[in-house]
Parts: sequence; C-alpha cells; structure tokens
Amino acid sequence: MVRRRPGYPGRMHHEHREPELPPARGPVSAAVTAYLRDTGPLPRAEDVGGATAYGDDLQLALYLCYELHYRGFAGVAAQREWDPDLLRVRSALEHRFLSTLRADTPGHDSLDDALAALLVEPVHGTGVSHYLRDEGELWQLREYAAQRSLYHLKEADPHAWVLPRLWGRAKAAMAAVEFDEWGGGRAERVHARLFAGLMSDLGLDTAYGRYLDAASAEVLATVNLMSLFGLHRALRGALVGHFAAVEITSSPGSRRLAEALRRTGAGPAAQFFYDEHVEADAVHEQVVRHDVIGGLLDEEPHLAADVAFGIDATGYLEDRLGARLLADWRAGRSSLRTPLAQEVTGIS
Amino acid sequence: MPNVPSDAPRPGPPRRVTMQRRGPILVDGPVEVELEDGTTVFSDRFRVALCTCRRSRRYPWCDTSHRERA
Repeated sequence: MVRRRPGYPGRMHHEHREPELPPARGPVSAAVTAYLRDTGPLPRAEDVGGATAYGDDLQLALYLCYELHYRGFAGVAAQREWDPDLLRVRSALEHRFLSTLRADTPGHDSLDDALAALLVEPVHGTGVSHYLRDEGELWQLREYAAQRSLYHLKEADPHAWVLPRLWGRAKAAMAAVEFDEWGGGRAERVHARLFAGLMSDLGLDTAYGRYLDAASAEVLATVNLMSLFGLHRALRGALVGHFAAVEITSSPGSRRLAEALRRTGAGPAAQFFYDEHVEADAVHEQVVRHDVIGGLLDEEPHLAADVAFGIDATGYLEDRLGARLLADWRAGRSSLRTPLAQEVTGIS
Repeated sequence: MPNVPSDAPRPGPPRRVTMQRRGPILVDGPVEVELEDGTTVFSDRFRVALCTCRRSRRYPWCDTSHRERA
C-alpha cells in the first residue's frame, strides 16, 4: 500500500484515487464546482430556483454535494462535507427535488398495494432489462453498465446511513442484508467489486466516478434519491421503501441482464454479477419485506406512508430512466453525454 | 475418564425454518442441501431461500419464479 502525499499522485491503486470534478452542466453546478475548488461563490438563489428539478444542472449540483459524504473529489478539502454555506445550498436543491418528486410520483393508496404491485411479474414486460435481454447489443450493455456504475461502484453504501435510525428486528435484518451486499466479510465478494469485474469484462474503466460526466441526468436522479433518503433521518421510512423496491425488483431483472450478457458473450465476471443478484436478492427481498419493513412498522407504524412513498418514488425515477434509455437506443443514439472509448480487444 | 452428564454436549437452540404458502422456505445459513440425485449444493449466505414452487431455474435456491404473472 502506498501512502498518499498531497500533490503527489504516487502509484496508488485506482480505487483509492479521488475522482476528478466533472465539467459543469449549467450555472448551478458551475458555481458549486467553483466553490468546491475555492475559485468562486456559491450559486445564486435565483439560479437554484430557476433550475429544472430533474435537469442536468440541478441533479449534478446535488450529486456533487452528496458525493462529499462518500469519496469526495480530487483537490476538494474533505472539510467541505460539513461546510454550512454549502449545506444551505444543498438543502435548497433537495427541497426542489423532493417537492417536485412528491407532486409528480403516482402513489399507491396503501403500502400493501405498493408492495403487491412490485410482486407481480409482467408476462410481456417492456422495461430496459426486457429490451436488453431480447435485442440488446453489446454497445448498449456497455452504456448501461457505465450509467449504472454511479451506483453499483458504491452498491449498498447509501443505505448504510439508515442503520443508526433503526432498532431491533429492522436494524438486525437491514445489517444482515447490507453485510451480504458487502461480501459477507470477503473483500472479493463485495458487490461493488463484482460490478468492477463486470465493467472489466465489458472493456470499461473501473475507476470510481469515471463515468460521472457521461451519466445522464436521469441516472443522477436515481442515485441522488438514495443519498437524499439515506442522509435524512426524517426520510428513514422512504429509504426503507426504496431499498425494498430495489431488492424486490432486482432478482427477475438481474436474470434478464445475465441472459443479455450471456447472449452477447460479455464474459464470466459480467454474468456472475447478475447471477449472484438473482439468488441474493431473492433472499434479500424476503428479509426486507418481513423483517426490515415489518420491524420498522412494529416500532413506528406512522411511517407506512413514507415507506410507500419510497417505493413509488423509486419506481417513478426508474421509469423515467428506462424511458430515456430506450428512446435513445431505439433511435440508434448513445444514451451517454460523452461517448465511450472504443471497445478493448477480447470482447466479442 | 468418562463424561459426566453435565459435560454432555447440549443441543443449541433449534434452527428456525420459516414456511410460507406462497414463497420459498427461509433457513438460516450456512446450508447444505442434498438433492434427489444424491449431489449436494452449499450456500453460506446468512439466510437462504429454498424453492418450493419447483419453477426456479436455480433450484434448489429461490429465484422469485413463484411470483404471480400478469
């Protein structure tokens, strides 16, 4: 292991290098970026107020604020994580995002209805995983992996914030599922590591944050949602709902993605990532439904509506992402803001 | 010296198995499952979900194939 020294890149393993700040996507993200670099003031209130809630500018600005709680950025002081002026801006961005989401999300009447809807498998599904299984091409799978890498390279991390906010049965069950996500005590089985293997099989760069600039606003919104729910104790019910939605839908979706990777000859690590999720998440969804949600609501029954909102908001943002990906791919366009480098050799 | 009764190994707490009418059997891992053909499969996951609907493509592990389709 090489010790880091300021200003000296050394020979670090790429996983330990902080990512570069990405180019801005508008006035709000430009100001946040400049502030993080110590080269300019925070965004003006009218710019924050004028930014589209799900748009590139606001979503990137919010993503930059949240990323300070995970791995930070090269050249940005770690202390910026708790900078009160920046937190005030983050709060304004969160308010825009959350209030728009609450207004737009089609909600189920009850938590039971929201869960029941997730537990029915469509015979003729039309989602991204169905498309990739049936007609996805390798370049589309590579784009999908690059987009999803924003979450999967920190898989299960946003959900860890909720652990101190749970008790008893819900806490024990949540911790058990998280432990499984983090490899059950084995570094080589950490799901983020398995995803890096998938990316390698697809000829992608596995460096954390490498595809932040390429990722579409719709992806940023799905990851910002997890950080938003995770970082606010007031939203613990929504975080649990979000986690349930991910775990319940993951198993069948992962099977389709594993089939897509098998059909396109993507390589063993790529298939293994999704094969592992078929099996793991068939267990996780049981534990999350019975013990995490069940345990939480035994303690705090008033959170049922928040859990339902977490499920529904997750579905809403995932549907927006899916629609965007499919619209681009069906038109033969890249879904990324910047194209991927040419495929490396060894990929069929 | 022969064991006195107080030294006899005591059985641990019984292993809980959770049954569901529509869904897998849940068992705390690690688990070794012997299949009909005499082969065994192993999982050290903290809990495992065993298929009861027989539709799983990863039998004996649940893959959520029991879900209602619409």
